[in-house]
Amino acid sequence: MGLSFPKKPFRTHGGAAVPHRKNTAQLQTAVLPCPDQVTIPMQQHVGAPCKPLVKVGDTVDVGQKIGDSDAYVSAPIHASISGKVAAITQVTLPGGQRTDAVVIQSDGEMRVSPDVKPPKVDSAESLCRALRESGLVGLGGAGFPAHVKLNVPKGKRIDTLIINAAECEPYITADNREAIENAQSVLEGVYIIRDLLHIDRVIIAVENNKPDVIETLTRIADNPERDPDDNVRVLPLRARYPQGAEKVLVKSCTDRVIPLGKLPADVGCIVMNITSVAFVADYLKTGMPLVKKRVTVDGSAIQHPQNVLVPVGTKISDLVAFCGGWKAEPAKLLMGGPMMGLALTGDDLPILKQNNGLLAFAEGDAVLPEPTACIRCGRCVAGCPMDLMPTQLEKYAELGDVDALNRYGVMCCMECGTCAYNCPANRPLVQAIRMGKALVKKGGKQ
Amino acid sequence: MEQKLIVSASPHLRSGTSTQKIMLDVIIALAPAAVASVILFGPRALLLMAVSVASCVVCEYICRRVLKRPQTVNDLSAVVTGLLLAFNLPPEINPLVAVFGAVVAIVVVKQMFGGIGQNFVNPALTARIILMTSFPTRMTTWTAPFAYMNGEADAMTTATPLALSAQGATDSLPGLLQMFLGVRGGCLGETCALALLLGGIYLVARRVISPVIPVCYLGTAAVFSLLLGRNVLFDLMAGGLLLGAIFMATDYTTSPLTVKGKVIYGIGCGLLTMLIRVFGSLPEGVSFSIVLMNILVPLIERISRPKPFGKEEVRS
Repeated sequence: MGLSFPKKPFRTHGGAAVPHRKNTAQLQTAVLPCPDQVTIPMQQHVGAPCKPLVKVGDTVDVGQKIGDSDAYVSAPIHASISGKVAAITQVTLPGGQRTDAVVIQSDGEMRVSPDVKPPKVDSAESLCRALRESGLVGLGGAGFPAHVKLNVPKGKRIDTLIINAAECEPYITADNREAIENAQSVLEGVYIIRDLLHIDRVIIAVENNKPDVIETLTRIADNPERDPDDNVRVLPLRARYPQGAEKVLVKSCTDRVIPLGKLPADVGCIVMNITSVAFVADYLKTGMPLVKKRVTVDGSAIQHPQNVLVPVGTKISDLVAFCGGWKAEPAKLLMGGPMMGLALTGDDLPILKQNNGLLAFAEGDAVLPEPTACIRCGRCVAGCPMDLMPTQLEKYAELGDVDALNRYGVMCCMECGTCAYNCPANRPLVQAIRMGKALVKKGGKQ
Repeated sequence: MEQKLIVSASPHLRSGTSTQKIMLDVIIALAPAAVASVILFGPRALLLMAVSVASCVVCEYICRRVLKRPQTVNDLSAVVTGLLLAFNLPPEINPLVAVFGAVVAIVVVKQMFGGIGQNFVNPALTARIILMTSFPTRMTTWTAPFAYMNGEADAMTTATPLALSAQGATDSLPGLLQMFLGVRGGCLGETCALALLLGGIYLVARRVISPVIPVCYLGTAAVFSLLLGRNVLFDLMAGGLLLGAIFMATDYTTSPLTVKGKVIYGIGCGLLTMLIRVFGSLPEGVSFSIVLMNILVPLIERISRPKPFGKEEVRS
């Protein structure tokens, strides 16, 4: 093998020492008993929304496909419980878009669909076909369909598979628990993908604030039978936000820079979330599509913070009730971590495939301080992992100066929030940059 | 769940730092030099600092009231300006001069341009330059350290080491140890190198300032001094160089944002300071150098913009 393994991570710019608050890291994942009702949105992925394949009154089984699309960039949706379709309705997703949703009333049986059987996989093509049917999307939060990611265009050579177990968001421990509780499947998935895609080396990237994960994965990655050349290794990363962001991670692991608008595949890498890769192994074994998700439930308004394995489509209120209900009146509800998560308008929304965290904060932790004037301290510039100047971007976004926004690279921003986290003046930098990006896309201020 | 939820843009977590906390750190860093000035120049130093700080705070308060802008007096930036202004005054100067300086610094230089973060030159230094041109004699009448103990302060005038050196009076120059401890003529807060260095170390350790500007500033001055065969340590500790390099050139608002920009700016400050000292008719050039470089910051910023990660740069 021509590729060596990095002894330590490569340098990346900026970042922030966010508090870890991994309160739930040592708690065994609880399993939510079958809820009475689930609401399953037809869009839980990047790409075209699915059309419902069932109608009101139909009986559905666990794992039965209930939504699909003809588009390539899409992922089918499956029933997560067995029962009757009670309604086809519309829901507003956390990002604000409206989409169809199938409401299933449980019959309490969790009867598995006869369609669920292990797929035959012996090549990269058959793997992608199978994964499309599994409904797998990037489980780190982005929700990018796995069959698209693993379908490497002709002429591109992938030499490195990076397994993202950085989990740099505070509070969230879902991937951490996956690594501990399902480590064998993680490695199994790694071997399957490596062998079928003929990848030279696999780097399992874990932040060094999770020594138990590093220890567990390093131990079982040492497998002379499946990996005689030892080209699957764990790389401990410095625990510094946003270590798990794709471009930062690829730089840390390989020293390669993904150009603006390009994908890891353009620099010979595939990045997969650790829970996604474990799911690949489990799916090939059982044929059960993506119908369950481990979610970290935490925050000052939650009675018993813990990880819970829930059927996709479970209402947030059911999940909170399972965790002992509200400890305090919630003032802010987040889907995802506190750095990049989306604030929700209510607790009646369903849990989606790509959710990894549900955080609820009481008043004191929910109200952010009022912004004051920028003092040009430069903390946003020093901390930006993309080497941008957020304070300048904010200024030009407010002025609507599209030329300057482009010159200062506004489209490179991945909205990780490091700038706003570090800002002593509490400037709404990410918000302003999002506005700036929208201006650039529109081509100017109207 | 009855209460309405707060929906705001990410991130939902903040580091907890604030302008006020940063300014408080600067005040703490200035404390050793303030204490040293009281020891060296007596209660008069305390009086000047109190008058200067109070005038700055009152000016800030009134400006924000009159301009109907959010009150910013609590961010403590006016206190910092007040302290720095006092540090730049001769110990025996009439306190009314400090009041005038405060009006220039806060009203003219800071608030007329929009308040904190908006001034394009350093308020305290600009005030010092205006005071030097308005009251040239008062601003260059120095008292000897510890003269207050003899109760005959008025009689005990002295010259600054830089002025002595410029006049060629090398015999009466203070020794390096005396310079290090601040036992020499000069502005209130600029004499005690030890106290200023302690403050600088504190600011760097607390990550309030990056060491880039002071290191480039002092480094350039040292190299320049060495090349001309001057006494390097004397040059570094004389005049207001340490005060300027550590506390004035690092002012956030009037210094570049990027590391590359800070390097250019620091070197520029060092070069200008030594050019004025060696070739100018004034004995000292720290104030003018920093203010000149302040004015160049927008231009420095243009040539020091970082290349975004992964972006093909098209220079325009």
